[in-house]
Amino acid sequence: MTEQELRLKSVAYRRTILTIIHHAKAGHTGGSLSCIDILNVLYNHVMNVSPENFSDPNRDRYIQSKGHAVEALYTVLADRGFFPAEALYTLSRYQSHFVGHPTRKVPGIEQNTGALGHGLSVAVGLALAAKKDKRPYRVFTLLGDGELTEGSNWEASMSAAHYRLDNLVAIVDRNGLQISGPTEQVMSLESLTDKFTAFGFAVRTCDGNDIGDLLRVFEALPFAPGKPNLILARTVKGKGVSFIENALNWHHKVPSDDELARALAELDEAERLLKVVV
Amino acid sequence: MELGRPNLDEFAATLLELARDNPDILVLTSDSRGSGKLQPFAEQLPDQLIEVGIAEQNLVGIAAGLAAAGKIVFGVSPACFLTARALEQIKNDVGYSDQKVKLVGISAGVSYGALGSTHHSLHDLAALRAINNIDIVVPADNFETREAVRAAVTHPRPLYLRFGKKPMPHLHRPGTPFAIGKAITLAQGSDVTFVAAGEAVAPAVEASELLRAEGVSCGVISMHTVKPLDVETLLNAARRSRALITVEEHSVYGGLGEACASVLLQHGLIRPFCIVGIPDEYTVTGSQMEIFVHYGISGEGLAQRARQLLEVELIQ
Ligand SMILES: Cc1ncc(C[n+]2csc(CCOP(=O)(O)OP(=O)(O)O)c2C)c(N)n1
Ligand SMILES: [Mg+2]
Repeated sequence: MTEQELRLKSVAYRRTILTIIHHAKAGHTGGSLSCIDILNVLYNHVMNVSPENFSDPNRDRYIQSKGHAVEALYTVLADRGFFPAEALYTLSRYQSHFVGHPTRKVPGIEQNTGALGHGLSVAVGLALAAKKDKRPYRVFTLLGDGELTEGSNWEASMSAAHYRLDNLVAIVDRNGLQISGPTEQVMSLESLTDKFTAFGFAVRTCDGNDIGDLLRVFEALPFAPGKPNLILARTVKGKGVSFIENALNWHHKVPSDDELARALAELDEAERLLKVVV
Repeated sequence: MELGRPNLDEFAATLLELARDNPDILVLTSDSRGSGKLQPFAEQLPDQLIEVGIAEQNLVGIAAGLAAAGKIVFGVSPACFLTARALEQIKNDVGYSDQKVKLVGISAGVSYGALGSTHHSLHDLAALRAINNIDIVVPADNFETREAVRAAVTHPRPLYLRFGKKPMPHLHRPGTPFAIGKAITLAQGSDVTFVAAGEAVAPAVEASELLRAEGVSCGVISMHTVKPLDVETLLNAARRSRALITVEEHSVYGGLGEACASVLLQHGLIRPFCIVGIPDEYTVTGSQMEIFVHYGISGEGLAQRARQLLEVELIQ
């Protein structure tokens, strides 16, 4: 897929995310919009995983540690053909398998998440198994920045470095916000580059909402032999809709009819501009 | 039944009132002030709110340290994470070390509905019951909530309080006495008695009204303190009633129901008995109310259980 096609896909994904959250009257809007470009590039360009090879032990693995942004994941999985897109409209409904956090009852999902600070350890386990079995697959995991205050992440980091898991790629969605406020006000995280480097990762930063920058950083994998990889992806929470961007209350706010219409209009305009450039 | 506000709102408002007059009262949050309805507290008493980030284990450890230095500490975090993630801190730093921390599990049970099992706390009563030296209080309505929060301040042992986030009906007459460890009898009955806790009390009251209209003599007990259990009130109800039904927003394993069963059996009181709660299965997706109805924690569902139980007894 070309860079331009991926950019257009991101716009379409944003439309779907907002529409299904509006339909379900529940969801994590800000964190889904901030990470959708990362998921887009992973599932459409980087990872070797598809509905056809999902039972292949050599497929690449994706664990979404920031499970609350499940609408982004469901959206991409539907587009990749893991299940029919109509199923997205059962999100959070009575007796649906499409719960408000990832579950393995949904095709394409590898691990149930939603309690923060679990994904990296599970990813370490999967990456360690690949090393033991001499399998070629890679393991990708997406963490929130607020999530990094869970101590388990740092236990997992030590083991990733100790076992030299260069087949492990941890991506931090560095949108600078959590529920109660900016991350640096809630609990200081910086310097994350220094911290992860000290814990033994090879660290790269990128613009996590720029498809070109994301493609470049994933091309550069593995960053250093024998070291786990960490991508600090600078993002904007709520990216793509002016009134949702960087707005604290949009962590799990649901768009009203009017807000949805305005958001979709902004996305139409973004799509038009993208097409003009070509 | 007249509707009040969510117990969580009542908890937060009561705590703010108490903390205004007592600077030793501290609240700890783990990015949970919004869900704990503590935004006004954070704005009005910023020096009495300590934020630890998304780090529940750290929250309980810090709470124990503050309590050791004489502070009156309320550690407020979603019940699911607080009592699973930080269980060892609760066991060792609070219970075993006898630090009189007040742990507040918010949005408990299946309050988070369709967010799924990661966010449900159906294990907390079982896990904490098995830990020595922590009392467990699950208020049913705004009155019980207010009284429990007030009592918590001077409670002589570590304490766990558990709140949901749905508006609750007022269940008690003004002037009803409240004490941790003493159940409240809402009605006495000679056919069947519901022994319920927390947000499951209201559906038990609904069921009792349906049954009474059918001529069934029906009692209801709010067993707000799950540990230590009010054995006397339970035994008296069992002596009065032909059948007993327990109701809780918790796994049917290890919670209020099994606590009651154990007491009854060990006192030789054998009655037709039924534990209503969330069964040991992959919990159905839905809102709290949909999950309640699905598993029979509703007026009609509980009335049906009672009819079945009483019929069983007639046949015997
Ligand atoms: C163990 C645990 N504690 C608390 C929560 C509640 N929670 C859900 S999302 C969230 C904030 C996450 O912030 P961040 O990691 O920055 O995610 P993002 O900004 O990408 O949405 C919190 C506290 C949780 N899901 N798991
Ligand atoms: Mg964030």
